[in-house]
Amino acid sequence: MGWFESGWGISLIVFLPLVGAVVVLAVPKAQEELQKAVALVFALVTFGLSIVLAIQFDYGASEKIQFGTSREWISAIGSNYTVGVDGISLPLIVLSTFITVLAIVYSWDHWPEPHNPKMFLMLILVLATGMVGTFVALDLILFFVFFEVVLLPMYFMIGIWGDRTEIRIPVIGKVTEMRLYASIKFFLFTLFGSAFMLLGFIALYFRSGPAGDRTFDMVELAARSDLFTGSFAFWVFAALALGFAVKVPIFPFHTWLPDAHTAAPTVGSVLLAAVLLKLGTYAFIRISIPILPQEALNWAPAIGILAVIGIIYASLACLAQTDMKRLIAFSSVGHMGFVMLGIATMTSIGLNAAIIGMVAHGVITGLMFFIAGSMSHRYHTREMSRLGGNQKLMPIMGAMLGLSAMASLGLPGLAGFWGEFMALLAAFTPNAALNAGLFRTLMVIGAVGTVLTAGYLLWMMQKVNFGEPRESWDGVDLHDVDKFEMMAWVPLIVSIIAIGVYPRIVTGATNGAVVELIKNAFGG
Amino acid sequence: MPMLALLATNANQLILATEELGEINDGGLLASLAWLIPVVPLLAAFAIVFFGRRMRYKGWELAMGAMGFVGIYGIVLAFATMNSEITYQGAITMGEFGPLVLEWGWMVDGLSSMMYFVVGVVGSLVFIYAKSYMAGDIRFTWFFASFSLFAGGMLVLVAAPNLIQLIVGWELVGVASYLLIGHYWEDHDNSSAAIKAFLVNKVADVGLFIGAIIIGTTAGTFRFSEILSQVAAGENDLLKKFAFLGGLALFIAAMGKSAQFPLHVWLPDAMAGPTPVSALMHAATMVTAGIYLLGRMFPLYFVEGYAVDVRPIIMIIGALTLFLMGLIALVQTDLKKVLAYSTLSQLGYMVAAMGAGAYTAALFHLFTHAFFKSLLFLGAGSVIHSVHSNEMTDMGGLRKYMPTTFKTFVIGSLALAGIVPLAGFWSKDEILVSFGDASGGAANFALYLSIAGAFITALYMTRAVYLTFFGEYKGQGTPHESPKMMTVPLVVLAGFSVVAGLINMPGITAWFTELTAVRFTVMGDHHPTEINFVMAGLGLTAALAGIVIGYLLWSKDAETQQARDTFRIPVLYPLLKRKYYIDDLYMDGIVRPLRGPVARSVDWFNGHVIDLFVNGAGALAKFVGKYVYRFDQSGLDSAITASAAATGAGGSVLRLLQSGRVQQYAVMIFAGTVVLVAGFIIF
Repeated sequence: MGWFESGWGISLIVFLPLVGAVVVLAVPKAQEELQKAVALVFALVTFGLSIVLAIQFDYGASEKIQFGTSREWISAIGSNYTVGVDGISLPLIVLSTFITVLAIVYSWDHWPEPHNPKMFLMLILVLATGMVGTFVALDLILFFVFFEVVLLPMYFMIGIWGDRTEIRIPVIGKVTEMRLYASIKFFLFTLFGSAFMLLGFIALYFRSGPAGDRTFDMVELAARSDLFTGSFAFWVFAALALGFAVKVPIFPFHTWLPDAHTAAPTVGSVLLAAVLLKLGTYAFIRISIPILPQEALNWAPAIGILAVIGIIYASLACLAQTDMKRLIAFSSVGHMGFVMLGIATMTSIGLNAAIIGMVAHGVITGLMFFIAGSMSHRYHTREMSRLGGNQKLMPIMGAMLGLSAMASLGLPGLAGFWGEFMALLAAFTPNAALNAGLFRTLMVIGAVGTVLTAGYLLWMMQKVNFGEPRESWDGVDLHDVDKFEMMAWVPLIVSIIAIGVYPRIVTGATNGAVVELIKNAFGG
Repeated sequence: MPMLALLATNANQLILATEELGEINDGGLLASLAWLIPVVPLLAAFAIVFFGRRMRYKGWELAMGAMGFVGIYGIVLAFATMNSEITYQGAITMGEFGPLVLEWGWMVDGLSSMMYFVVGVVGSLVFIYAKSYMAGDIRFTWFFASFSLFAGGMLVLVAAPNLIQLIVGWELVGVASYLLIGHYWEDHDNSSAAIKAFLVNKVADVGLFIGAIIIGTTAGTFRFSEILSQVAAGENDLLKKFAFLGGLALFIAAMGKSAQFPLHVWLPDAMAGPTPVSALMHAATMVTAGIYLLGRMFPLYFVEGYAVDVRPIIMIIGALTLFLMGLIALVQTDLKKVLAYSTLSQLGYMVAAMGAGAYTAALFHLFTHAFFKSLLFLGAGSVIHSVHSNEMTDMGGLRKYMPTTFKTFVIGSLALAGIVPLAGFWSKDEILVSFGDASGGAANFALYLSIAGAFITALYMTRAVYLTFFGEYKGQGTPHESPKMMTVPLVVLAGFSVVAGLINMPGITAWFTELTAVRFTVMGDHHPTEINFVMAGLGLTAALAGIVIGYLLWSKDAETQQARDTFRIPVLYPLLKRKYYIDDLYMDGIVRPLRGPVARSVDWFNGHVIDLFVNGAGALAKFVGKYVYRFDQSGLDSAITASAAATGAGGSVLRLLQSGRVQQYAVMIFAGTVVLVAGFIIF
């Protein structure tokens, strides 16, 4: 399998979905079954290849870039097609290809208006290329391209298949459709962040050496991190952090998220929550810390504080939500707060916590959005006050919602616990250069956040699942979980339990890489 | 020999730590297979969910089989551990986080064997009872799945050789408790009670998380055996520095699970769950997890230089709980609520005893209480099953209709009241002795309140017995004795309630002390070598006085029972009825403001302040775009549309969107992407 290890394996995983999209395009519009089959086959093969990647991966050397290659790409600016996988990106690549398969399986029989499966499947596949590409890119320009490739399909998903409810935009007061407002807010907000991010990349390039020796290579830039000092480094970190923070999102750059999630079609919400949010946190770990370690330490307190504000703020906002999907969307802000808290500690425990938190949030919130989507599809409402007694009407769906809520509130034994608890643990002894008192305060506040998290999820369960069903549902056709939903959700449930019981599934890959990253960045 | 002197010498022994144990008996196959104890019930829980409905007894047989297995294994282990002093722990790595290695494991020592015994034996009896009690229930199978999940979680907790696994078990029993309290979730009150239990425990879990983090991080390990041997060795200064905070945080955790004042509010509401649940979880086992945790971490609170300063706090909280909650039991009309407040009060005894340094006495009371309190709950269940009401005002005169239930209930009440020679007498006496021997204001406080508590205990139990079983029957229909499957467990538990105390009589037997002293860290012998007649006399007198006064107050004929029960002492009665207004304080002071105004203002802030900048930027862009570029605004009338227009490209994207020609555009996008990435392949 020499070809597989020399970069072709990764490249196949990245570009097969794109090829799939082209093939789907070639299928006549009327043959929907064939379109679905083609999309599924491409997604499955990609997922299979990522499993091969995970099996072939050398876990004893997870800090090494494996299966990598570097080819000249845009030689005029010294940007190369440099890709590779290490223990940090491996779990996220598998997560991305995994969720893509599930999204297509779920889509099989659940088409949001205005239908058009061909277009929708193509968007999912293009999205897959963008997501995996971002996780394997080791060149800043390549990273930027993939990072932006992700943006467009999601924009179309929300804008075309999104929620058509009319809303009045706060502040401006104009009335417009939810999907239009949300998609454009998502697009422009992210683009705004990306602009600063690109600026930061270019600045790094010009500081990376004398003309002729400049590079966009992340590994090389990390090795030259001594070159980036002073106010230059300060502002570059700020620019990068702004770009990443919008994507995560970190408070107060999060307001696109509740709107985008609420308006997006089910599969869009799932992909957005499960994978897209991780691009930002991943970039912090992959780019900001290794290349600008000193600035990472300078900014860490601010990031930690914003992360914890996000935890509390999002939990309180969740308590006020009446729309189930919007509640789950807001909960993402809180969960990503724990991930960012882990990163802000700048320790190996914290980064491990962040990555396992990212994977866990992917499978848990992905499942929650699937379920919320299916429920609103059946009840034709997401208003929790109109639901109730779901456990009686759809027992299996209710039980699955209950399990995902328990996982989301961080129940030990399920996936969500490790990211939360270990982030708090890391905050007790942050990096030696950081103020331990501050981070210990953040630990306590973050721990209080877990109570609020439990609160809004349990009250959601009470409103949605418990009680007697309303009379208005008498005679309404409410079938319980169908076979496509089963096929899409059971793998998620299995992953939630498996990671919860045996977190080594993730940390086995990440730990070596993270320890090495921290050692290279901060010494010791 | 005064207890204090004993404790002082024990402190020295403790420091000798593991090497003093000499030859460690690892228990062979018996101990190395003990991982089955938590795993079997957990697997049973899963199996019941998937296959239960299709089975002959709807999944009960799986639950019963698993529980019976635990019971038998627990009995064997308890005897083996006592006879041959087994200390064993096994572990498998479940993950690495930087320098930390997390493990799943199981341990066999005196403390855990005692708990396996209690969970297994009481659990088996309750499961037998529950088959009959829950017969015909709408969610019979689900009930036993949740109940098995609880058993598994509790055993994960007890088997835990490290703090992380303890947290896992701790929250698993919490979620099982949530499921079972809310078993009848059609009723809003029941699901609210379930949420309350979960959230109050979650508040306490903040303490558990922080305590585990502090202790584990400063010790550099989460293993109990290693943490405690560091404590004994006394060389870890970092651990010493943080021991008080860590010990306090862990005590807060114990206050939640063991429902200590002021985190007790969830337990009375938890009575919304089916009665077998109340008997096993909310009386005998789950609520004792806090005492178990304190016992597990005991040397931390005991060795000078660590968390000894937490002990007065523990004593005061425990003493307040045992006294204040006992008083509330006096005004309850719901039979299960009487028992719930009684449980709170007894848990207070155990906690205060741990605070006084009486490791054995606290665990001994945990042990005896498990039998007589589960007996009382199952007896109450038998009554409720028969009269279809929890209210004692619907009962009365039941001794004629339900003789077995009556007799066993009286035995349980006497054991609880601490009448010699029943189980409660011996364990409560040991606790009183420990308060008498410990010095300091907190110990005196605990001593006075616990003697008063002994009086109150006897008083409310006498009241409950008279209102339930004497006088005339006031309910609907004709009550009947419960079936054999329910009365046999009552009789067995009554037997335990009589004899359980005899295994640890001062100066005569010390089996229980010997068992619980088998630890990796030497615990020393806290068992008094002779009867302290002063304490025994005080406790017994208080209990007898309670029974006599209770008899005078509540044994009158049926007509006046009702009148007696509404007998009101000004100020005190409303205070007790309103449960000291603590629930109201939490609801009106914390929960409602948070869910209402606070949450709404955050949401408003999100939409109107943060988005003011976001949407404002859009509006500004529109404004600029309008005048600078003289864009054609027709058809672009929404503000955000316009903000997109400001970026030029965005506007055309939107027009494409609106005109439905998106497909072409998307083709262009990824065609562009293909061209872009095709570059490298060519080169």
